[in-house]
Amino acid sequence: MSTALTARRVRHLRFSRMLPGKIAAALFGILLLIWTLLPVYNMVLVALDEEADEFTGAIWPGDPNLDSFASLWNEDNFLLEHFWHRFGNSIELGLATMLLTVAIGSLASFALGRMRLRGSRIIGDLALITYVLPTAFLAIPFVHIMHVYGLIDSLWSVIASQVAFATPYAILILHQYGKLIPLELDESAKVDGATPWQVYRRIYLPLMAPALVAVGVYALLLAWNEYLYQYLLVLSMDSATVAVVINQFFNSDEAPWNYMMAIAIVYSLPPIAIYFALRRFMVAGLALGGVKG
Amino acid sequence: MSSTQQALAFGQPIAQSRSSRPPWRYSLQGSDTAWAIAFLIPYVAVFLAFVAYPVVFGLWMGHDPTLYGLLMSDPRYVDTVINTLLFVAIGVNVTMFGALLLSGYFIRRSRWRRSLLVVFLIPWALPGFVVFTSIHFMLVTQWGLLDSLIRAITGEDGPLFMVSTSIAMASNIVAYIWKWLPFWTLIFIAGRMAIPQDIYEAADIDGATGYKRLVHVTVPLLASVYLICTLLATVWTLGDFSTVYFVSSGAPARTTDVLATYGVDEAFVFGYPYLGAAAMMSALPVLIPIVLLLTRRVRAAGVQL
Repeated sequence: MSTALTARRVRHLRFSRMLPGKIAAALFGILLLIWTLLPVYNMVLVALDEEADEFTGAIWPGDPNLDSFASLWNEDNFLLEHFWHRFGNSIELGLATMLLTVAIGSLASFALGRMRLRGSRIIGDLALITYVLPTAFLAIPFVHIMHVYGLIDSLWSVIASQVAFATPYAILILHQYGKLIPLELDESAKVDGATPWQVYRRIYLPLMAPALVAVGVYALLLAWNEYLYQYLLVLSMDSATVAVVINQFFNSDEAPWNYMMAIAIVYSLPPIAIYFALRRFMVAGLALGGVKG
Repeated sequence: MSSTQQALAFGQPIAQSRSSRPPWRYSLQGSDTAWAIAFLIPYVAVFLAFVAYPVVFGLWMGHDPTLYGLLMSDPRYVDTVINTLLFVAIGVNVTMFGALLLSGYFIRRSRWRRSLLVVFLIPWALPGFVVFTSIHFMLVTQWGLLDSLIRAITGEDGPLFMVSTSIAMASNIVAYIWKWLPFWTLIFIAGRMAIPQDIYEAADIDGATGYKRLVHVTVPLLASVYLICTLLATVWTLGDFSTVYFVSSGAPARTTDVLATYGVDEAFVFGYPYLGAAAMMSALPVLIPIVLLLTRRVRAAGVQL
C-alpha cells in the first residue's frame, strides 16, 4: 500500500518536473506550425478574397468565395487564357523529365555498377560534379545553345535542361541502391545465356523498383518546381507553362492577385498530393546518400 | 515505424555490402563492351550536349577581362556581391544550425511531434516560386498579411518591408530559411538516426547524459554530415535565383539583387549576355574550391561511383 503510494508520488513528482519542458515543447511546436503555414494561409486568404486588385488588410477572409477558382476554371480573364493548356504543358514537362531521367539514369547506373568498363569511373565523377553545380549559373549559355540547337521556345529545351540536371542524382541514388542487389543474379542469368539487355530488363529494373520510384518522383518535382529555365526558354503562348503564367502575373501592373494565388494553390496541389502519397519513397531516396531538394 | 526510420532500414545494408563486395563482375569482352558503351551513350550524350557544352560556352563568354572591369565599375554589381555574400553566409548557416537543433526536437518519439513533422516538411514539397510569390504578397504593401497581423496584435503599423534595403534583404533571407529549413532538418534527422543506439548506451554508462551526450556523442558523429550539407547548401544558394526574384524582386530600386538575378537581368533585360555570364562567372573563385572540397568529402563519406 505504502509502496504504491510512493510510486505514485514519485511518478507525480517526475511528471511535474517534466511538465514545464513539455509545455515549452508544445508552445514551440505551435510556433513552428504558425511559421510553416503562414505563407500557405496567405495563399488561401488572397485566393478567397473578392477584391481582385488590392489587399483589404484583413487577416480573415471577410467574404470568402470561390470566384477566383471559378474564373480560373473558365479561363475568363485575359491573363488566364489557355491556362489549362499551359497546365498540361507543365504536366508534360514533369512527366517527360521523369521518364527520361529514370530511363537514362538506370541505363547508366547499370553500366557503371554491374559492368566494369575501363574508364567508366570518370563518368561517375562527372555526374557527381554536375550534381553539385548551381544550375542558374549555366542558364545564360544554355539559352544561347538552345538557339544553336533550334530548340528555343520548345518545351523540349526545358525538358533537356531538367533531364541533364536530374540524371546525376538519379545515377548516384540508383548506384547506391544497386549495391543491395547481389551480382550473383546477373551471373547466373548470364550463364543461362542472357544478354546484358535482358539482365537489365528482367532482373535489374524489377528489383530496383523502389529506387526508381524515388528517382522518378525527384525528377518530376524538380521539373515541376523549377522556375528559371522555363522563364528563359519558353516564350510563346503555345509552349508556355504555369511558371510562365505566374511570371506574366507577377510583372503585370494590374494583376488580379486573387487569380494568381488561385493558380498558386492549384499548381501546389500535385506536389502536395505526391508528398503525402509517396513521402516514404522521397525520404528513402534522400537517406540513400544523395541530398538534393 | 516512421518514414525516416524506414528509410534508414533501407539504407543500412549499404554500409555492410560496401565492405563485402562480391569479387565477381562481368569480364567485359567483345559484345559486352559494346553493350556497356551502348548503356552509357544516352547519359554521355545528355551530359555533353546540355552540361559540358554550356559550361565551356559560358567560360568562353566570360573569358574577356574587360568584362570584369566593366562589372567592377557598376555600383550595382558591388552591391550585388555584398548581398550574395550576406544571403549565402546568413541564410545557409542559420538554416543549417536551425536544422541541426530542430532535428533534435523532432527525433523525440511522440505521435504529435511526428504529425508536426509531416506538416513542417510541406515547404520542402511546395514549388519555390509559388510560395515566394505568396511571401512577396505578404510583405509588399502595408495591407499585406504580415503588416495586418502586426497591426492586429500590437495596434501599430509594421515596417514597409520593400522600402528599406536591409529589411528587404532580411525578408529574402527569412524566406530562404522558411523554404529550406525542413529539407535539411530531414537530412539531419536521418543522420541522427544512423548513429547506432549502443553508442548512446555506452555513453549512458559512462555518465554522459543530456548536454554532455550532445556535445561528446551527437555533434562529433554528425560533424561530417553537417560539413557536407553546409558546403552543398552554399553552392546551391550561390546560384539561387527564385528566392530574390520573387520575394523582393530587387526592391527597393534594384538594391537587393544577388548574382543570379543580376546576371539574368543584365543578360535578358538589358541585353548584355556576356556581362551577365561574366557576373555569374565571378563566383567561380569561391565556387571551384568548394566544389572540389565537396566532391572529395562526398567520396570519402562513401557515396562512391
